Amino acid sequence: MAFDQLIAAGTVAKVVAAWVGNVAGGSGYGFRRAYEQGVPRRIVMEDHSNFTVGLALKAAAMGLPYLPTFTGIGGDIVRGHPRIRPVDDPFGGPSLLAVAAVKPDVAIIHVQRADREGNAHLWGNLGLTVEAAFAARRTIVTCEEIVPEEVIRSDPNRTVIPGFLTTAVVEEPGGALPSSVQGYWRRDFEPFLRYHQISRTPDGFQAWLREWVLDLPDRQAYLQHMGDATERLRVRDRRLAAAANFSP
Amino acid sequence: MIATYTRRELMVVAAGREIRDGEVVFVGMRLPLLGFGLAKATHAPNAVGLFENGVIRDRPAEAFIYTMGDPPNIAGAVACLGLNDVMSLLQQGRVDVGFIGGAEIDPLGNLNTTRTSGSGSLVRLPGSGGGGDIASLAGRTVLIMEHEPRRFRERVDYVTSPGHFPGRRRGGPATLITTLGVFDLTGGRVQAVTLHPGVTPEQVRQATGFELSIDEGIPATMAPSADELAYIRKADPDGFWTGDTMKGG
Repeated sequence: MAFDQLIAAGTVAKVVAAWVGNVAGGSGYGFRRAYEQGVPRRIVMEDHSNFTVGLALKAAAMGLPYLPTFTGIGGDIVRGHPRIRPVDDPFGGPSLLAVAAVKPDVAIIHVQRADREGNAHLWGNLGLTVEAAFAARRTIVTCEEIVPEEVIRSDPNRTVIPGFLTTAVVEEPGGALPSSVQGYWRRDFEPFLRYHQISRTPDGFQAWLREWVLDLPDRQAYLQHMGDATERLRVRDRRLAAAANFSP
Repeated sequence: MIATYTRRELMVVAAGREIRDGEVVFVGMRLPLLGFGLAKATHAPNAVGLFENGVIRDRPAEAFIYTMGDPPNIAGAVACLGLNDVMSLLQQGRVDVGFIGGAEIDPLGNLNTTRTSGSGSLVRLPGSGGGGDIASLAGRTVLIMEHEPRRFRERVDYVTSPGHFPGRRRGGPATLITTLGVFDLTGGRVQAVTLHPGVTPEQVRQATGFELSIDEGIPATMAPSADELAYIRKADPDGFWTGDTMKGG
């Protein structure tokens, strides 16, 4: 949905992605208008599968020009692709596809907690968060809580981004809403459904953009505009992981 | 007999039956997610589920989820890894079966979820997601489709998730579950296995834009048992995925 909003707002020239839509209903109407009609502007689309996006970021995170894979052989995604080419196995095995690295200028990562140096603890599904943080030239960590460094050092296996990779750290509770953050926020599904409905027309999208972006000066105003939802979505129960003993 | 279940509930049951005990399953959302939970609760208690966001579960989520990243799918998981970790297992050949949905299909089981001009004008679809990877790398794939003539095409405009092709390393489409029946795809053509109760061969032919084979006296898809229905209605209490009109699109 975030892709769709950026595209519909006319801020995107090129999309490199495996999937652009809305988890509530499939199609992203802003993406469709841009791709099909060039409204509000034409976009260049570089189609991927999830794994080729993952490999492109992983290659950059590893400092490699590309990574080989067997995924996508026989399909149209890889045909004439600017970033995917056939490659021979130097050890004589079957041929593969090489996926070239994608090195983002900036990655923005939301985590549960980080210290002031940007050492970040994240738990739950990791998706491509770690690859993105390692691959990017600059990484901004937003977090639910800034915690003392002892909290981070008490559980170093939970640190997925070491602070020296972090360009800036921002304390922004609810920074992932309406998506969930394990242990802090449940997903608010209504905004996904509402956006799916209202973004069917350019006028509808403009109304959404005014209400939820242009008329709100900052994140605090956004949370206030969500109204009661924030209280309903906040996780209050605790299900703590068992302690792990790091005693030397 | 009065139908006491929806077509999508029947599709969930058919999806669940494709999972054998002890298998590693690439799950996905919507009907396959419910099918995985149903299989775990009935005939396949030892199946393990992988989700493309990195979650590995050997029991269904404790509460209803809209997406695989929702908190009930994380709590009680066996492992929460990254996308490349579960995709690596898939590439290694450790996944027995994966589920994929598509907007369009052809007789070789090629799926299109990228773009189509089938209706005359260009329509952009969301893209591959993990579909292309599952199609390429799983031990076998089960495809889930709405059965409509505009979706069943002699040749799809774009092959997002490859079906059968010469030189395929492993796997390929095994079974197709639609709103009208269950079909075998292993032979590189579409062979009806069962038609859903009340569906006629004529109806299926009219809804399919290519030749498919339906034997004389083809059996009906086995109706859900009371236990199976009870499971589905507990997992999807408001009929979000399985109601007559699927609210989830």
